[in-house]
Amino acid sequence: MNDEYNFAYLDEQTKRMIRRAILKGLAVPGYQVPFASREMPMPYGWGTGGVQVSASVLTPEDTMKVIDQGADDTTNAVSIRKFFEKTAGVATTEETGQADVIQTRHRIPEQDLREDQILVYQVPIPEPLRFLEPRETETRKMHSLEEYGLMHVKLYEDIAKNGAIATSYAYPVKVEGRYVMDPSPIPKFDNPKLEMAAVQLFGAGREQRIYALPPYTQVVSLDFEDYPFEASKADHACDLCGSESSYLDEVIVDDAGGRMFVCSDTDFCHSRRAAGHVGAQGAPFEEDAA
Amino acid sequence: MIEISGVSKSFVLHNQGSAVIPVMERAALNVAAGECVALVGASGAGKSTLMRMIYGNYLANAGRIVVGGVDVAQAEPREILDLRREVLGYVSQFLRVVPRVATIDVVAEPLLNVGVAPRAARARAEELLRRLNIPERLWSLSPTTFSGGEQQRVNIARGFAHDFPALLLDEPTASLDATNREVVLSLIDEAKARGAAIVGIFHDEAARDRVCDREIDVTAFTPGLAA
Amino acid sequence: MTPVFQVKELTKFYGNRIGCKDVSFDLYPGEVMGIVGESGSGKSTLLNCMAGHLAPDAGEVLFDTRADGMRDTVKMSEPERRMLGRTDWAFVHQHARDGLRMGVSAGGNVGERLMAVGARHYGDIREKAVDWLGRVEISADRVDDRPSAFSGGMQQRLQIARNLVTGPRLVFMDEPTGGLDVSVQARLLDLLRGLVREMGLSAIIVTHDLAVVRLLADRLMVMKDGHVVETGLTDQVLDDPQHGYTQLLVSSVLQV
Repeated sequence: MNDEYNFAYLDEQTKRMIRRAILKGLAVPGYQVPFASREMPMPYGWGTGGVQVSASVLTPEDTMKVIDQGADDTTNAVSIRKFFEKTAGVATTEETGQADVIQTRHRIPEQDLREDQILVYQVPIPEPLRFLEPRETETRKMHSLEEYGLMHVKLYEDIAKNGAIATSYAYPVKVEGRYVMDPSPIPKFDNPKLEMAAVQLFGAGREQRIYALPPYTQVVSLDFEDYPFEASKADHACDLCGSESSYLDEVIVDDAGGRMFVCSDTDFCHSRRAAGHVGAQGAPFEEDAA
Repeated sequence: MIEISGVSKSFVLHNQGSAVIPVMERAALNVAAGECVALVGASGAGKSTLMRMIYGNYLANAGRIVVGGVDVAQAEPREILDLRREVLGYVSQFLRVVPRVATIDVVAEPLLNVGVAPRAARARAEELLRRLNIPERLWSLSPTTFSGGEQQRVNIARGFAHDFPALLLDEPTASLDATNREVVLSLIDEAKARGAAIVGIFHDEAARDRVCDREIDVTAFTPGLAA
Repeated sequence: MTPVFQVKELTKFYGNRIGCKDVSFDLYPGEVMGIVGESGSGKSTLLNCMAGHLAPDAGEVLFDTRADGMRDTVKMSEPERRMLGRTDWAFVHQHARDGLRMGVSAGGNVGERLMAVGARHYGDIREKAVDWLGRVEISADRVDDRPSAFSGGMQQRLQIARNLVTGPRLVFMDEPTGGLDVSVQARLLDLLRGLVREMGLSAIIVTHDLAVVRLLADRLMVMKDGHVVETGLTDQVLDDPQHGYTQLLVSSVLQV
């Protein structure tokens, strides 16, 4: 860790303020708590909310994992991981099971999380009603008065236009039968996983909101009686590890339309291949393979 | 059915130097069920005025106007509205309708207002229009483009759609030819026969003599005359 | 019979200026009350105070809630008032875009109030929406079109459908035919009359157009400078006006 920085970059008072917001969020699951979002050394829209939340919950003994669209090796995941290595000096890992704090953008890890883990989500627009109701004054009232008819109007419009609910990510959910929440732009495939044993924290830096789900919170995806929610994914197996149950990325491999499907969760795919599973286009696992 | 006593009225024209124009003093009139009473008198003597006061369209300054037990001069607006819907009908000299509404719907409306089912209301409207010689091809058109006589017959059809116990008729046979005048007079006879109390203004003496049992000369109520 | 709506001494000031003063009246089920006056008469202030859009400075606005009897809506909590606004009350705005979601389809606009009170079956919601579009004479094949693609008259009819789908008992209307072509106004007025009768609605209509009140309102209140100067049956107030201002108003109407 670099001695120029306070632990995890933020000063202690700021971290206390954020932890208070987190506690409020945990006490009222799904409720968006305003917080004083700080200037971070990265622009708004690049995960500053997630970084501030992670910074506030990290302790020096923690091990941290950072993923972006399920992968540990994309530019953003690497940058954020390096940020915490430098400013907090914490150990980092790519293995989901080894991490105490996992910061994620747009995916929930395939592997079930435990009660002693914290999942921190990066959130661009925390307000699920924003696209139909642009006024902040109005959306705040709607949440406080539980006036969520508009949310179903959005789903109605989807069905009327597309024959089915077309929302495929950031699919709205109702938390503990009270607040409607945007689970961040995770694919709807991940929605069922929102009911988990770990603590889930959501940070939106630009919008200055934090919300949270304590362990084992009831999270129900919105739908209609005659158009029930489906956690759908591509109808394929992973071409590297053969998993039929994980969320897949579609990768274009050549200029002749060739494509392959691979697990979006890189650690999950890696573990399966290490255990001997091989997919249609995979090669047997080698220890030093990237 | 209709009992009028001590009714007086003046108009005050505030925008013309507050000119006061007294038009009626101590009017009195009784009409029993099954009776038809004609209001007579020179033009401007107050026949239409009195009729409008019975309907509640004009305010009386004094007196009682009791129709079916309700004193129109004192009643609450909703009591008068109820009265006009169920008890007291009024066929004025002019047809006033919402533009672009079909004739058949204009005539059926009073029945819908008292809760008659749409199909039955329409059937009764058709029956009346047929009797009053309004051709079927006109039923779906708005009456605002009809001739004066046709409009008058639509007006009458509307007025007789519901069996009002009390009816006010202002020149019901004006603008009508002999055939249609006869139809209207028959309608009035039938109304009397079922016990309706009718007050009418008829310039046509023959019509008046045919259906009216009595005449009341409203010039007797002109202000300034000795009682 | 108890009134469905009672206004008592309703008063609203804008600083020192009178918005409306000491307005009182009772409204019974099935009655339509017209409120007329020229610009600045206070009629819009009165309407907004009654409908809960503005807080009055004095007075009561009592409504016969089915569950709890007559209640002063001014003293209600905001959630209660908003719930009222979605169920028993309706408000038809002068400009359809104030009363519609322009970015949502016609079916979605009509279905919103149903979804807001818990409807969760897409097929049923859509069926009801199509039914109501038919009742306001919008053809069923427009159900997925946005209101921005509708004419002014159609937008206004859609607004009416959206408001009436949950069967409210009291409808407030602010110049409902204002801005519409004259030919379109006539059909809209007749539609409103029919719906009022069929649904047993009570309605309060604010307008400056005397022809509209004559056709639509049973009773009439004439306002000037924030005060009610005359009230009574519509035809009586228009045919036998007692107050000088009413007489002036009636005599000023252009005859066609």
